[in-house]
Amino acid sequence: MDVATLTASLQLAAPEVMLAVGAMALLMFGVFAGDRAAMLVNAAATLLVLAAGAAALFYVPADGGEAFSGSFVVDPLATYAKVLIAAMAAAALVLSSTYLQNEKLAKCEYPVLVVLAVLGMMMMVSSRDLIALYIGIELQSLALYVLAAFNRDSLRASEAGLKYFVLGALSSGLLLYGASLIYGFAGSTQFTEIAIASGEPSIGLIFGLVFLLSGLAFKISAAPFHMWTPDVYEGAPTPVTALFAAAPKLAAIVLIARTLFEPFPVLSDEWRQVLMAISALSMGVGAFGALAQTNIKRLMAYSSIANMGFALVPLCAGTLKGVEGMLIYMTIYVVTTTGIFACILAMRRREGMVEEISDLAGLSKTHPGLATALTVLLFSIAGVPPLAGFFGKLYAFIPAIEAGLYWLAVFGFLMTVVAAFYYLRLIKLIWFDEAEQPLIAAPREANLIAAGSALVVFPILILPFAAGPGLELISYAAGSLF
Amino acid sequence: MALQAAAFWILAAVAVVSAFSVVAARNPVRSVMWLICAFFTSAGLFVLIGAEFLAMLLVVVYVGAVAVLFLFVVMMLDVDFVELNQGFLQYMPFGALVSLILLTELVLVGSTFVFADPDAAGRAAFSAAGPTNAEAIGAVLYDQYIYYFQAAGIVLLIAMIGAIVLTLRHKPGVRRQDVGKQVARRPKDGVELIDVKPGSGI
Repeated sequence: MDVATLTASLQLAAPEVMLAVGAMALLMFGVFAGDRAAMLVNAAATLLVLAAGAAALFYVPADGGEAFSGSFVVDPLATYAKVLIAAMAAAALVLSSTYLQNEKLAKCEYPVLVVLAVLGMMMMVSSRDLIALYIGIELQSLALYVLAAFNRDSLRASEAGLKYFVLGALSSGLLLYGASLIYGFAGSTQFTEIAIASGEPSIGLIFGLVFLLSGLAFKISAAPFHMWTPDVYEGAPTPVTALFAAAPKLAAIVLIARTLFEPFPVLSDEWRQVLMAISALSMGVGAFGALAQTNIKRLMAYSSIANMGFALVPLCAGTLKGVEGMLIYMTIYVVTTTGIFACILAMRRREGMVEEISDLAGLSKTHPGLATALTVLLFSIAGVPPLAGFFGKLYAFIPAIEAGLYWLAVFGFLMTVVAAFYYLRLIKLIWFDEAEQPLIAAPREANLIAAGSALVVFPILILPFAAGPGLELISYAAGSLF
Repeated sequence: MALQAAAFWILAAVAVVSAFSVVAARNPVRSVMWLICAFFTSAGLFVLIGAEFLAMLLVVVYVGAVAVLFLFVVMMLDVDFVELNQGFLQYMPFGALVSLILLTELVLVGSTFVFADPDAAGRAAFSAAGPTNAEAIGAVLYDQYIYYFQAAGIVLLIAMIGAIVLTLRHKPGVRRQDVGKQVARRPKDGVELIDVKPGSGI
C-alpha cells in the first residue's frame, strides 16, 4: 500500500479515525484531570460522536469506495447507518449525565467506552470482510460488556455484565466457527470473493452461513438467542440500557443485511428460511414474554426482541424493497426507543430511580408534558395509525406480502395486536390511575429528548419529510447492496 | 554444517531433558524454570531452521509473558501441589490416551512432510534468498492488514480500560507516594534534635 492509497483509505475511514484518536485523547485527559472532569469529558465525547457523524456525512467522499485492501467499505448504506448511530449514541450520552452524577458513577471512562463502542459499530456497518466484521463486533461488544457492569458495586449490574460477557463469548464462538467454515469452503474472507465462490453453493458454505447468522442474531437479541436481553437490560445502568436498545441493534442489523446480500445472493433461498424462523420466533417471544413483566426495563427488553423480529420481516423478502423496509423500520424504532428510555430516566423519586411499571401511575397529573410524550411514543411503537410506528410496520410488512410470505405478515400482525396490550396497559396507568407517590421533576435533558423523539414520530411533522426526501434517501441507501 | 549439527544435537538434547524435567520436578517453581529452559532451547532450534521470527515470538511471548505469569501464579497462590498430584494414577490412563493422540498427530503431520513431493509448495516454506521472515510478515501485517492490526490494538485498549474500571479501587487508608512532597521536605521538618540528659531517657 503506497502513501496515496493509504491517504485515500484514511479519508474514507475519517469518522473512525476521529473516534479512535478522540477516545484516546479523552482518556488521557480524563486520567490526568480525574473524575471531577467526568461531566466535561462526557460533553466532549458527545460532541466527538456528533462530529464523527457529521464527518461521515460531509467529509467522506460522497461516492464512497473501498479502503484498506477491500475490507472496509463506504457506501450510502454505511453512511446512513453511521449518521443514525452517531445521533443515537450522542442522545444516550446526553441522557446519562444526570443519572451518572446522581448514582455516583461519574467517571471519565464511561464516555470513553461509549465512544469506543460507537467506533466498533461504525466499523461493523462498514465491514466487507469476515475479519473486519469480527473485529468490529468484538470492539463494540467488549466496550458494551464493561458498560453493562459499570456500576460494579451493584450485584445486578455485575451479574448483567458477566451474563452478557459469557453469552457474548459463546455467540462469538458460533460466529467464528461459521466464518471459518465459510473461509474454508469459499477460499476467501472478502465478501466480493465469497460472492464469486458461492456460485455453486456447497453444504459446507450453507452450514457456515447458518452459524454466522446465529452469532449475528445474538447481537440483535433475536429469538432463540435472546436469553441475555431481559437480565442485561434490567441490570445495566439505565442510560447504558438506552444505548443498548438503539445504536448497537441498528449496527448489527445493517451488518446482517450486508452479510447476507453482498456475499450470499445465490444462497438467498437458504438464508431466507433461517431469517423467517428467527423473525417469527422473535415476534412471538417478544410479544408474549412482555405480558407478565412488571419492571419497565424488562418490558422494554422484550419489546426490543419483538421489534427485532418485525425488522427482520422485510429482510425475509430478500429484495431491495425489503432492505428499504428494514431501514425505515429501524430508523423509527431507534428514535422511539431512545425517547421511551428518556422517559424511563425521568422516573425518579427523592430516594432514587424507580423502575416498576406501577410507578408510572398518575403521570398525566404530575407531569402532563412527559405523559403526553410517552403516550405518543408508546402509541407509535405499538403501531397505532397515524403515528410513525404504523408506517414503519406498513413498510416492513409490504415487502413480505409482495414476496408471498403471507403467513409471516399475518403472524406479525397478530403479534402486533398482542404487543399492543402491554403498551396500552402502560398508557392506561399513565392517564387513568392514581399516583401513590408522585415522581419528582425530570432532568432537563430527559424531557428534551423525550419531547424531541415524540415530535419526530408525530406524523404531522414527519410526513412531509418522510414521504418525499426521507424515503428517497433510504431507498438510495438500501440500493448500495444491489 | 558440522557446527550446525552440533548445535542442533545440543539444543535438542537440552530441550528434551528440560521438557521431561517440567513433568518430573517435584517443586512447581523448578517446573516453571525448566519450562523456561525448554522454551529457550526451542527458540534456538527455530533459529537453526531459519524461522527467526518464531524464535523471537517464543522468547518474547512465552518466556517473557506466559512463563512469568505461571511463575506468579505458582509463587503467589497458595496451591497445594502435593495434594494436586494425589490422583496421578487415577488419571494416568486418560492422560496417556491424550498423549497418544497428540503423538499420532505429530507423526501424521511429520510423515506428510517427509513423504511429500519435494517440489510441493508446502515444503518450500523457507527460502534463504528471499526477505527474512520478520520482513515478510511485517510487510503483510503493517501494509495489507494495517486496519485489522490497528483495530485489534484498540480492542486490547478497551480490555485494559475495562479491567481498570471494573477492578481498581482507591482505598481511603492507602498512602501513596508523592514525589513533590518528598522533595519539598526539609531536614527541619523531619529531624528533631533533643538534648538528652544522662540517665533520664527521653
